[in-house]
Parts: sequence; structure tokens; C-alpha cells
Amino acid sequence: MKKSAIHIESISKRYAEVQALDQISLDVEEGELFGLIGPDGAGKTTLIKILVTLFSAEDGKASILGMDTNDSKASIRKIIGYMPGRFSLYPDLSVEENLSFFARAFDTTIEENYSLIQSIYDQLKPFKDRKSGALSGGMKQKLALCCALIHRPKVLILDEPTTGVDAVSRKEFWQMLHEIKSQGITILVSTPYMDEANLCDRIAFLQGGKILSIDTPSKITGQFPWQLFAIKSQKKYALTEWLRAWEKVSYCYAFGEYLHIAFSENAIQMNEIKEYLSAGSFSDAEIVNIPPTIEDTFIYLMENGNSR
Amino acid sequence: MKKFYAFVQKEFYHIFRDTRTMMILFALPIALVVIFGYALNNDFKNIPIGILNQSKGQTSEKLIHRIIGSGYFVVEQTLEKPQDIPKAFKSGKVKLVIFFPTNFQQDLYHAKKAQVQLIADASDINTAINTTSYLSGIIGDFNTENGRENSASIQVSTRMIFNQRLLSVYLFIPGVIALILLIISALLTSVTLAREKETGTLELLSISPISPYMIIIGKVIPYLILSLLNSFLIILLGIFVFGLPMVGSVALLILACFVYTVASLSLGILISTRVETQQAAMFASLVSLMMPTMLLSGFIFPIESLPLPLQLISNIIPATHFIILIKSIMIKGAGITLIWKPFSILIAMTAVFILVSIQSLKRNK
Repeated sequence: MKKSAIHIESISKRYAEVQALDQISLDVEEGELFGLIGPDGAGKTTLIKILVTLFSAEDGKASILGMDTNDSKASIRKIIGYMPGRFSLYPDLSVEENLSFFARAFDTTIEENYSLIQSIYDQLKPFKDRKSGALSGGMKQKLALCCALIHRPKVLILDEPTTGVDAVSRKEFWQMLHEIKSQGITILVSTPYMDEANLCDRIAFLQGGKILSIDTPSKITGQFPWQLFAIKSQKKYALTEWLRAWEKVSYCYAFGEYLHIAFSENAIQMNEIKEYLSAGSFSDAEIVNIPPTIEDTFIYLMENGNSR
Repeated sequence: MKKFYAFVQKEFYHIFRDTRTMMILFALPIALVVIFGYALNNDFKNIPIGILNQSKGQTSEKLIHRIIGSGYFVVEQTLEKPQDIPKAFKSGKVKLVIFFPTNFQQDLYHAKKAQVQLIADASDINTAINTTSYLSGIIGDFNTENGRENSASIQVSTRMIFNQRLLSVYLFIPGVIALILLIISALLTSVTLAREKETGTLELLSISPISPYMIIIGKVIPYLILSLLNSFLIILLGIFVFGLPMVGSVALLILACFVYTVASLSLGILISTRVETQQAAMFASLVSLMMPTMLLSGFIFPIESLPLPLQLISNIIPATHFIILIKSIMIKGAGITLIWKPFSILIAMTAVFILVSIQSLKRNK
């Protein structure tokens, strides 16, 4: 096994009434692009804030490259790059001034580490004199990434970097993350978007402060135990009701215009499904066999309380 | 040190690029000085008066010339008989009537004592009080001079020291300086720190190699410089435009401004550690700092005329002591031996504010 860049050992944290993190343990290997996937309120931001030494955990230990987050705050702060959930830039400073300020705050210069951010910053250069408050969401996100990278961190930690950014910018952003990873920087990224999970080397599902599963995206989908079908019909709502009433159905959720359904007995035949559908007068329904998605697996793990 | 320089530079960018901040920094002081200097001026000139002179002697004529010669009064109406007095007031033409009775001259010769009656329109209470006291002063002077010749005099023992002409510029310039320094120091620092919280940049700064103390000092230095610059601007305006005297030591004055600015800055930091948004910071500074400073520091209302509980509160307002200091230094030319008391109170307050704000900073980390 590779050396771990981030090591988290049974971390817990409570806010007044809410158990934000409950005995979380995970390891991120060096050079890995690791995804923390989970809905809002799952505890992603809390975990990240503990890692970047903004919060202290109540219980448990965390370390980055062997340095404890409680004992070696100062040394950790030098080797991590952190991009908070909101793009934390100075809106009244220009693109160049923002970058130069963060470079100098970390005792470096733009020139020194320019090679690392060049491919990203080249896209921002035409706007370098524009105030960062006047940039588009995608541009702000790129600038925030440059600012987080300007001191050449060994570990990059990003909290929901793609929230509130358009689809094209999201795609570009993940390409950039892969480029950064290829420079040997370990990346931990959190996201509420399940479709982004496939772009990570490994992911951890977080739900209600607990980890549901940690694995590579392909192995995660392998945890879905049943054969999965996608069904499409004009009468989607009635179809959902009808299928959920069938005792053999173990899983039935809407994904866009399709319904994803699975059955408690894996040996079920297509004929039997079609018969049941026509019995409910849904003869127009199209049905296909599909591989489970990350989201299917997440819902399955969440429903079955399969906490590791 | 390079980090620190970068931080201070960034802070100056914030200040110079924000129109609101620039307005507060440079337009507000000038506006306040001009408003208090011209529009809210308590001094008066050319007050219309009426004269009812039934005395036939020289003395009343001389006194009337003397009163007109002072420049504060113009004779709007000359009355014939006492019955005309109510009419003169009702028409609103005069604010005050001077009445010399028929036996004025005789009394002055024989009884060595004569009466002159001042009748003032008390519906305008401030003017009434001011004009009668001005006139009493003039008559008093007049009598003293005459007394040497005739040994007939009425002694009027009103004497104002330091501000014989009762100029309000002496009162408002120190008040404006106190207010402006408070606005710049407390309001602007608390708002600028709250803004970093709002944009989330404080989070980034707190995990950067810039130490928290460096952040605070870096935030404070630009405002300290600008506050001191501003107070000199106001003082110069006071001296050259409104004729405020500068009797005392300049070094002492700078020291007083510096101590008071540091006290205000630490109050600003204290506020910013307790609030999350710029709006909350602004509201807290306005309600908890500016209102008491305006109303209870002796700037607008004399402390002596406040009810006792408010007098006690005015003692814990830094501006109260700062205004005493400035007046003592600039107008009375007091040295450190005379003003050590307000000085040490102000320094003690500043020390307490700094300690408390450091404590709440630590708790927030």
C-alpha cells in the first residue's frame, strides 16, 4: 500500500444538537485524487475544516503527511492549499492583485511557482486587471484555484469547488484537477454531485456524519447487489406507484425521465416484469437492463444503513 | 515583514477603492466642520433690538452708542412710550427692548444708582439668555468706566474666562475631532474586519503564515495613519477658518489624538470579534459608540446639565476625557502637570480596551 498523505482516525465533532461527524476514519494516498461525496449537511465541510486546522476535532486524530492537525498547525498550513466553499477572494482587488497578495502572504512570488498555475492562469490573463468581483462564476473559481496553488502546496483541499458553477466550467475544472494531480499533488475534493464521483480515483460516501463506503468508483458500483433496470413511460408518476406496490421490487427511484428499479430476486425474468406492467396497463413502457450508477449505490447504501 | 507589507498594501487598496470609505474619511470631516461651523452656529451678530429712551441725559445716549458699537445689535425700532413694547415684540421686529426710565439720569447722580430694564423675547429662549447676558456685560463695562469719573456705578460681575465672546467654535472643533476619530477608527475597522468574515477571506488568512496579531495590526495601521491625518486637517481648519487658538504644546496634542485613536481602534476590534456581518458591525458602532459620543461627551449638551445617571455614563466615554484634553491643550495651553488626570484616565481606558479585545480575539480563534 502507498504512503498515506491524509490520515483520519475515528474523528468526531458535535455542534450543540447535531452530531456532525461520527467516528470517521479514512486514508488518502499520496498523489491520489480523492472525492468526498455526500449531500448537504453530510459533514463534508466540517471534516475539511478539521483537516485545514480551522476547527479542532472533539475526538480522534487526523494528520497530513504525518503531521498532526492539532500539534503541528503551523507546518501543516505551509504545505496545504485550501479552497473554501465560497470563492474567498477580495472582490475589490483585481485578478493579478489577488494572486499577488496570496503569493506574498505565503512568502513567495507569482513568478516562482508560475509553472504550476500557468495553464489555468493563461485563461485568466486577458482579465488580469479586472476586479475579481466582476468575474463570472467559472473565472472566480479558476482564480481561487490559482490562489490556493500559488505557494505550491503538497496537498490540495477543495470544499465543493463546483457548486454554483455552470456545466462547462465544471468539466474544465475537473480537467484542471487532473493536471494538478499529474504534478504529484494529492487532492481531496468534496462535492454533492454524484456524477463527479466517477472522475475521482477513490471516493468516500458521507451521510449524516458517517462514512457509508470508501472505494474506487467502479468497485463502489459493484456494491449494488441487484440487477438494475431502467423503465420509461408516459405515465411516470402512476408507474412509480404501481411498481412500488409490487412486493418483489426492492428498489425504485426516478432518475430523470427513467425509473431505476431492482428486484429482491435476481433471477427475475424480463417477461415477468412486462406481464406486471401490462397488468397495470403500462404497455407503452420501455425497459432496459443497465449497470448501476454511483447514485444508485449511494441510495442503496443509505437505505440499508450499511455503515462500515 | 514582506507579508506584513503586502497586507498593509492590500488594506490601502480596500480603503482607496471603496467610495463609501473614502466619503467617510474625507468628505464627512469637512462636512461636519462646515455644518457645525456655519449652519449650527450659536454665535450671533446684528440682533434687532428696540430702544425706549425716556431719560433726557447724556449717559443713556452714550450707553446706546456703546451697545450699537459692539456690533452684536442693531436698533431696529425707537419706541416712544412703554405701551408700545408689546406691539414691538408681537410684530417680531425686535428680540429685545432696552428701556431707560425718565429718572435714569437723576438717579445716577443723586442715588448713585440707576436702573435700566432689559426686556427680552423669551419665546426664543437661547437668544434671550444670550442677548441679556451680552448686554449685561456691556453695561457692566460701561458702568465701571463711568464709575471712575463719577463714583456712580452698578457693578456687573459677569466675566467669562477663555471664551469671553462665547464662541461655539471652541466647543465644536474638539467634539468634531472626537467624533471623526471614533468613526474612522471604530466604525471602519470593525466594518473592514467583518467584511473579511463575510467574504470568507478571514478563513484563508487565518490558515496562512500571517499571524492573527499581524492581521489586526495590519488592519489598524492604515486607519491609524488616516485618523491622525484627519485630526490635523480638522484642527488646521479650526485654526485657520474659524480662528481657534493653539496655545498649548503640539506634541501633547498629537499624543492625545494618538491615545484616543488607539482607544477607538481597540473598540472597533472588540466589536468586530463579536459580529459576523458588516451591517451588524456598523449598527453596533453607531448605537454603542457614536450615539453616546455625540450626546453624552459634552460635545452637544454640557455634561453639567445632564441628569446624574447620564453624567456617570459620560465619565466612561473616552471622548469626554479627550474633549477635555483638547480644550485644555489648545485653548488654555495647559501642560502635562495640569492635565495628567484626563490623560491617565484615557490611557487606562485604552489599556482595558486593548486587553479585552485581545481576549475576545483569542476566544474566537
